[in-house]
Amino acid sequence: MLHIPCPYCGPRDETEFHYGSEAHVAYPENSANLTDEEWAKFVFIRSNPKGWMAERWVHSAGCRRWFNVWRNTINHEFGPSYKPFTQQPKSPA
Amino acid sequence: MSTVNFTFDGKQYSGQKGESLASALLRNGVLHFTDSSYKDRPRGVMGLWVEEPNALVNIDSGAGEPMVMSTTIEIVDGLVARSSQGVGDLPDTRDNSRYDKVNRHVDVLVVGAGTAGLEAAKKYSDQGKSVIVVDDKPAAGGHLVYLGQAVPADLLSVLDRENVTYLPRTTVQGLYDQGYSVATERRTDHLDSKVHTEMSRIRTWHIRADHTVLATGAFQRHLVFANNDRPGIMLSHSAATYVSNGANPFKSAVVVTVDNQGYRDAVRLSQAGVTVNAIVDIRNNPSGPSVEAAKAAGIEIITGKTAIDTCEKEDGTVKCVSVGNPDGSDAACIDGDLIAVSGGWTPVVHLATFVGIKPTWDAKLAAFVVKHSDSLTSTAGMLAGDFGGDDNAEIFFGPTLTTEQALVAFVDYQRDATYRDFKRAIDAGMRSIEHVKRYTAIGTAHDQGKTSGTVTMGLIGQAIGKAPDEIGSLTFRPPYITIPFAALAGRDRGLLSDPERTTPIHAWHVASGAPMEDVGQWKRPWYFPKSGENMHAAVLRECAAVREGVGVMDASTLGKIDIQGKDAGQFLDMIYTNMFSTLKVGMSRYGLMCGVDGMVFDDGVTTRISENHWLMTTTTGGAAKVLDWLEEWLQTEWPHLEVYCTSVTEQISTVAIVGPKSRELMSRLAPALDVSNEAFAFMENKHADVAGVPARIARISFSGELAYEINVPAIYGLHIWEAVMSQGADLNITPYGTETMHVLRAEKGFVIVGQETDGTQTPDDLDMSWIVSKKKDDFIGKRSFSRADTARDGRHQLVGILADDGSYVIPEGAYIVAGADANTAPPVKHIGYITSSYDSAALGRSFALALVANGLARKGEKIAIPMADRVVTGVITDSVFVDKENTRRDG
Repeated sequence: MLHIPCPYCGPRDETEFHYGSEAHVAYPENSANLTDEEWAKFVFIRSNPKGWMAERWVHSAGCRRWFNVWRNTINHEFGPSYKPFTQQPKSPA
Repeated sequence: MSTVNFTFDGKQYSGQKGESLASALLRNGVLHFTDSSYKDRPRGVMGLWVEEPNALVNIDSGAGEPMVMSTTIEIVDGLVARSSQGVGDLPDTRDNSRYDKVNRHVDVLVVGAGTAGLEAAKKYSDQGKSVIVVDDKPAAGGHLVYLGQAVPADLLSVLDRENVTYLPRTTVQGLYDQGYSVATERRTDHLDSKVHTEMSRIRTWHIRADHTVLATGAFQRHLVFANNDRPGIMLSHSAATYVSNGANPFKSAVVVTVDNQGYRDAVRLSQAGVTVNAIVDIRNNPSGPSVEAAKAAGIEIITGKTAIDTCEKEDGTVKCVSVGNPDGSDAACIDGDLIAVSGGWTPVVHLATFVGIKPTWDAKLAAFVVKHSDSLTSTAGMLAGDFGGDDNAEIFFGPTLTTEQALVAFVDYQRDATYRDFKRAIDAGMRSIEHVKRYTAIGTAHDQGKTSGTVTMGLIGQAIGKAPDEIGSLTFRPPYITIPFAALAGRDRGLLSDPERTTPIHAWHVASGAPMEDVGQWKRPWYFPKSGENMHAAVLRECAAVREGVGVMDASTLGKIDIQGKDAGQFLDMIYTNMFSTLKVGMSRYGLMCGVDGMVFDDGVTTRISENHWLMTTTTGGAAKVLDWLEEWLQTEWPHLEVYCTSVTEQISTVAIVGPKSRELMSRLAPALDVSNEAFAFMENKHADVAGVPARIARISFSGELAYEINVPAIYGLHIWEAVMSQGADLNITPYGTETMHVLRAEKGFVIVGQETDGTQTPDDLDMSWIVSKKKDDFIGKRSFSRADTARDGRHQLVGILADDGSYVIPEGAYIVAGADANTAPPVKHIGYITSSYDSAALGRSFALALVANGLARKGEKIAIPMADRVVTGVITDSVFVDKENTRRDG
C-alpha cells in the first residue's frame, strides 16, 4: 500500500486517495478549434514515463482536495507533493 | 515439561506441552502421517516448520481449521487433529472466535528473531529507534532454539526494552510499498483447545515502518531421487532437531548430503542415540570443521555418491537407501529407518521478492540469497548469505534417473509432481521456472514451493546445462503462509463487512414485507407483495396502480448535491450538455453529464432553489463519483469559479406520489397549495406545508405520469410517507419499489445510466440529441461528439424491441441478430443487445429496450434473438412505448 504525501494532511495510506492520472494536462480553452488529432491527444494520450512522473491525486477520504505529486513509476517512491497552481518542484531525478 | 493429551485420527496420544504436533507424533512412533493427494502414497513429516510439504492436518477442536501444517501446531490438551490428504474440510459450524486488527507506525520492523534479527533489533534500539520484532515461532533465537543452545542474554534482553515490541507466533504475510507490511499474530491456539471470545484468536497487524530488516533465515531442501517420499525420509536438520528433543522413533540412519550441514546433523543424530550407518556426500573432497567432527564421531563417510532409490518396509516406511554414482550406476543399499537428506539451504527470499528485490545466486552456498540494503529495506543473516562460514555446497539436485525411477522421484510432494512430470515440461520446451510451474503444478500447493522452488530451478539448470541463476528467479506473492479469511476480516463481519445505507422510511418497508434490492450500499424496497403474490404479479399490480390511480415511492436514495455560489450556473453549463444558467428560480431541469470523451456517465434533475443556490440530483449509485467529478473540475481547472458543493443525500428525504390521482392526494396533503396545472406546472417547484412539515414539492416524473416529489428534512421522511398512506387510503394508494420504477421508466423510454449505458454511449446514441445544447460554446464532452468515431454511422443506438410472442420476456443481455439471420447457422454477426426487458401492464405484453447498430434508422426491421432452446423473432421499434405525446404528465 502506497504512503502518499498529501500536501494538506501529510502522509496517508493509499486507500484514502483516488488517482487522477498525469498532472499538468490542462483542459484546452479552444477545443472547437483543435484538430481531431490534437483533441484526441488531450483526451487519450498521456506520457506514461518509466521513472519520475508528476501526477494528480485526490484525498477523497480526507480533505477531499486535489494535489500534484512526483512519483517514481519504477519503484513507487514518492517525491515532493504540491498544491495545484503552485510552482512545481523540480523532478527528484 | 508438562504432558498434554491430544487426539490424532481418532487415537489418543500424549506429548510435551509446547512441542509441535509433528514432534509429538514422532515421539509416539508415528511415521506414516497421511497419504499423498493424488497418488495415495504413504507420507510422513519432512520438515520442521512452514516448509512442510506433507504432514497436513485438519484441526477439529477449538475454532477448527482446515489444512494446517502439523509442524506448526503447538499441542494443547484436548487438541483434535485429523490427517489431511491435501484437501482440507471447512468446519460446517460458525467460527465464533474473535479476530482483530492493529495499526502501528514504527521506525524499524525486524522480521525474524534469530541471531541476525536480534542483532539488528539491538542496533536500532541502541540508536533510540522504535522497533517491532516479528517472529513466527513461539520462542526467539532462531536456529539456536533448534540446536538447544542458549540465546546470548544481551541479545534476548533486547526484546524487553521499552522501545522494542516483540511479537512471537506472528507471521509477516506480505511486504508492500513504502515499508508497509501485514502480519498475523496467533494468540490463543497455543493456550488451549477452546474457542476464545474474550480475546482475539488471530490479530492482524498493519505495520508501516521507515525501515524493514529482513532476517528471515532459511529452509533446508530435499534431493530428487526415486522413492524419496517414504515416511522416514526427512530433511536432516529437521530429523536431527526432533530426535535431539527426544522425539526419536529411529534406530539407524543414513545421511545423504551435498553440504556440511549433513555432517552437523549426523553428529547430532549420533549424539541422540541414532546409529548413523553412513554419510553419503556427493562431493569428492568434503572439508571443514563439521566434516572433521563427523569423522571424529566415527561415522563412515562415502564421497562422490548420492541416493538413487529407496526400499520400503511392510508398513510403507523406509527400509534402506540405494547409494550410487550421480549417473545412477553402481548402486547398493545401505539400511536406515531414517534417511536424512541435506540438499542445501534455501533462504526465505519471499518478503524481498514481494517488493521487487531480486535474489542472486551464490554458487559457493548453492543458494539464492538477497544481499540488499537501501533506506527502506535491508537483509541480514542466512537470507543475506551469512551461513556461518563452514558451508561449501555442491550445486546438485538429484541423480540421473531411469524412466521408472523418474515416475516416483518427487519434486513437489504436496502436488505429487515427479521428475517425470518435470522432464515432460522440459521436453515440451519449457525453460522458465514460471512455465514449468504452470505446466507441472510444482510450487502451487499450500507451501507455494518453499522447498520445491529452488530444487526445480536447479533441475532445469541441470537438465539444460545452466546455472540456476541463468534460469531466472522465483517470484513469490503474499500471503507467506495460508491465513483464515476470518483473520483478514477481523471484526468486519456480517453487517460490518460493508456499510448498509437505509432511508428514514426503511423500517416501514421492512415491516410491509418488501424484499430489498441492493443498489450500491443502499437497501431499496424491490416490490411490495400482497399476501400470496409473486414478484411478477406484484409488479404488474403496482404498475397498473400508478398508471391508473396513484402510487408512492421512496426516492430518498437519489444522490443530492447542494451547489452554491455566484458562478454555479456557469459551472453547470460546462458540466451538463444542456443549458442551466438560463433556468428560472424555482424550476427544475433534467440534464446529462458526459466525460471529456463525450460518453454519458450520469444524469439527473437539477433545481434552481434561488439565484445562487442549486440542488443537483444524481443516480443513486453515482452520487459519490459525481461529487468527485465536480470537485475535480472546480479544483484543478476552474479555481476562479466561486462554487461550493456539498453532499446532502442523507439530509433530504424524498417521497414521490405518482399517477393520475396524485393531484387529488397532493391537495389533501397540502391544502394551502394550488395544485392546478396552471398554478403548478411541470418541472416547477413549490414550497408548502405538507402534513404540517415545510416541504419543497417538485413536479418531476420518472414514469411519464403526473407526479409530485415531496422533499423534506430527512427526519420527517417517515412522517410524510405515513401521511401519504393514510390520506391516500381511499384512493387505493399503492407503494411501489425499484422494479416497478424500472418498468414504468422503460415504458417511457427513459434510460438508466449503467443499464442502457456502459460508458460507450453518447447522447445521440441514446436518441437524446434534444438535450445537447447547440448554443453553448463548450461543455465537457462537446468536442468529442465530432470525433470521427462518435460521429460515424453504425453506432449502437437506443431502440425498442417487441418480440413477436408478446408473452415472452427476452432476457436482458441477449444478443440480437438481423431478422434475415434468424435461421443462419452460427457464427452469426450480432447487431446489438437487449439492455432492459419487462412484462408491461400498460401494454398488456412484453417489451424491451436495446442498443442496435444504426438502430434509429432501422425501426420496423425484423430481428431475431437466438436463445439456447429457441430463436425469438421480433421487430425494432421506437424506444417510447407509452404516451409518446407526453400528455399524461399533466394529469
